Amino acid sequence: MILETIWFFLWGLLWAVFFMTDGFDFGVGTLYPFLGKTDTDRRVMINSVGPLWDGNEVWLITAGGVTFAAFPLVYATMFSSLYSALMLILFALIIRGVSFEFRGKIDHPLWKKVWDTAIFVGSAAPAVLFGVAFANIFRGLPFDSQGYHGTLLSLLNPYGLLGGGLFLCLFLQHGALWLCLKTTGPLHDRAVSAANTIWYGLLLLAVIFLIASAMATTLYDNYLARPVLFLVPAAAVAALLGIKVLLKKEAWAGAWFSSALTIVLCTFFGIIGLFPKLFPSSLGEQYHLTAYNAASSPLTLKIMLTVVVLVIPVVIAYQIWAYLLFRGKVAEGDLEY
Amino acid sequence: MDPLILSRLQFAAATMFHFIFVPLTLGLALLVAWMETCYARTGDKVWLSMTRFWGKLFLINFALGVVTGITLEFQFGTNWSRYSAFVGDIFGSLLAIEASVAFFLESILIGVWIFGWKKLSPRAHAAVMWLVALAGTFSAIWILIANAWMQHPVGYVIRNGRAELADFSAIVFQRFAVLEFLHTVSAAYILSAFFVMGISAWHLLKKQHVEVFTRSFRIALMFGLVFSFFEVIEGHMHGADLAHTQPAKLAALDAHWETSAPAPLYLFALPDDKNERNLIEIGKIPWGLSLMAFHDFSSEVKGLKEFPREERPPVLLVYTAFKLMVGLGFYFCLATLVGLFLRHRLLENRWYLLIMLLSLPLPYIAVQLGWIVAEVGRQPWIVYGIMKTSQAVSPVISGGQVMASLTGFVLVYGLLGAVGLFLMARHAINGPVEEGGEK
Repeated sequence: MILETIWFFLWGLLWAVFFMTDGFDFGVGTLYPFLGKTDTDRRVMINSVGPLWDGNEVWLITAGGVTFAAFPLVYATMFSSLYSALMLILFALIIRGVSFEFRGKIDHPLWKKVWDTAIFVGSAAPAVLFGVAFANIFRGLPFDSQGYHGTLLSLLNPYGLLGGGLFLCLFLQHGALWLCLKTTGPLHDRAVSAANTIWYGLLLLAVIFLIASAMATTLYDNYLARPVLFLVPAAAVAALLGIKVLLKKEAWAGAWFSSALTIVLCTFFGIIGLFPKLFPSSLGEQYHLTAYNAASSPLTLKIMLTVVVLVIPVVIAYQIWAYLLFRGKVAEGDLEY
Repeated sequence: MDPLILSRLQFAAATMFHFIFVPLTLGLALLVAWMETCYARTGDKVWLSMTRFWGKLFLINFALGVVTGITLEFQFGTNWSRYSAFVGDIFGSLLAIEASVAFFLESILIGVWIFGWKKLSPRAHAAVMWLVALAGTFSAIWILIANAWMQHPVGYVIRNGRAELADFSAIVFQRFAVLEFLHTVSAAYILSAFFVMGISAWHLLKKQHVEVFTRSFRIALMFGLVFSFFEVIEGHMHGADLAHTQPAKLAALDAHWETSAPAPLYLFALPDDKNERNLIEIGKIPWGLSLMAFHDFSSEVKGLKEFPREERPPVLLVYTAFKLMVGLGFYFCLATLVGLFLRHRLLENRWYLLIMLLSLPLPYIAVQLGWIVAEVGRQPWIVYGIMKTSQAVSPVISGGQVMASLTGFVLVYGLLGAVGLFLMARHAINGPVEEGGEK
């Protein structure tokens, strides 16, 4: 029981870290056509995430891998049920990944336009689709022992779309703040005003989402059973308000960290509400996949836990080293792309 | 439309496309790291030109390798959910370890390498490339352990209707995994060597950037020579191991129908799956197969007829792929051996340069044939002897869904492959920028 519980929260943590890290480069990619007025702007924007996005995306691979290893039944059911949505995410990520590498290779306006579009679509689509997918998981999906009974369109219910909007706004905020931190001049000013505007949208969507969750999901059951847990969503709201305060003080790094914290706490709001369900069914409680009925054998969970405890701190250490190596404003003299 | 066939096609397309880029990533990383180390030690700008030139080709290739790898991990869940649920305990954990131990290191440090020229000293920057190369190797180790477990499952018990982990070290250190790793990585090094030699030959034929490409050619030649010979010896051990681990595959590799002792080997045969015999058999060596499989002249080798029809791989495809792969393996030894004698007179031996230029695609063909031998040769099993491929496919997906995603894969991969190839060719033909002048 304890192993499964640990793995449940590790699973949640991996997704949270993925959203926190890859989130800002999704945001930068989505803001890219709107804030990047000149070619230099655009190269600065790409370079602000260039050294880091690839490492960020590996948190997704790890979250996927851990789902496979620790909860194979969830991995199998979740990804085959969400087949079309996941394929769309994968195609978006493929196109985004190569466009960073390809864009600067040929100096022609049409060539750049193609890859600029690819960066935008490849960033915005996963941001929305992850939101839609997670909101639907919170809500429960129509599957039973026979399999999944929905389609791609059944994911596009109002609560799912709300989740998509919320995720997009979280990542846009995160990306705009990253640009406030990394850029100078007119691009910086545009990033600041974008961050300020997005904040209101984010606040509005967050409030609606918290209310809608009470109606569309059973997320609050765990909170009502243990009211002390309300500290998590309360902290998320506090972090969200913190963004605005720090933005006003022009404390860009602080605002960005506040936004990172908002994303992690929002994810945990959902994860705690789900516990112990990883993949609830909307067709009946007996079909829920939980940390207990979908877990791997205790031996696998133990070995994996050993690996994770030994390796992940090292990973975090060199990822932080990479972030520190590229701290500060993007220098225009060193635009590789 | 049958989701099983379409899913198999999709997986084959995704794996084979991924494996156009992975081998070059593995080998070229080492060569670039070596060149950059020479630069860091000597300060010689020619080494820097070489590092930058080959490094750029490495990066285009790396990007395509990474993005195509991501889709593979998720396809197990989307298309092979029954397989995933059945083996997640073991196979899933190996994939998760690969991501956390290797893929992180590789992906984080590649960003550092691309953008860190001015942030790090030449030595530190070269060290980053060594770590990228090391991470690539770690990645290959874990993925191939996972594949080796599908080929020769060990260290598990069937419990709760699935394969559960019983002995982790048995899975990690099993002989099949070691052989498969050595075989695949050597093939990757040979491919990288021929890639570098081929492009170098192009420029040497045109007598341009002679210093850069003579050095590049020689380094790659030595690298390729060592691993070509190693591959032939190792490949034989790998093949002989099949007599114990996958006898049906071994029989298919040699179109060996009747169990016999001693078992003969034919230099050429044309298998006829339907009638369970060979249409043509030429060049019989009466004890050949016994010798290859068991290292003596009289051992019994099981024939294909020993296995029920539905448990045999498609013989013609596997047999042809295997023989072509072996032939290419010998060709790589020969080509690099000739190069060993000509290495100081490359510019004068234009015919040799031309041959090496034309040989560039051959290792690519060889590695694809290798995967056909390994994966089609394992059929009809997805996990050898335990689970059939037909039992592994997701029950909930429809043919239409898979058809749509398969079409998507073909379009996206085809387009990206064409663009990547175009960019690499363009950069390769343009040649290096002389260091010292413009960056």
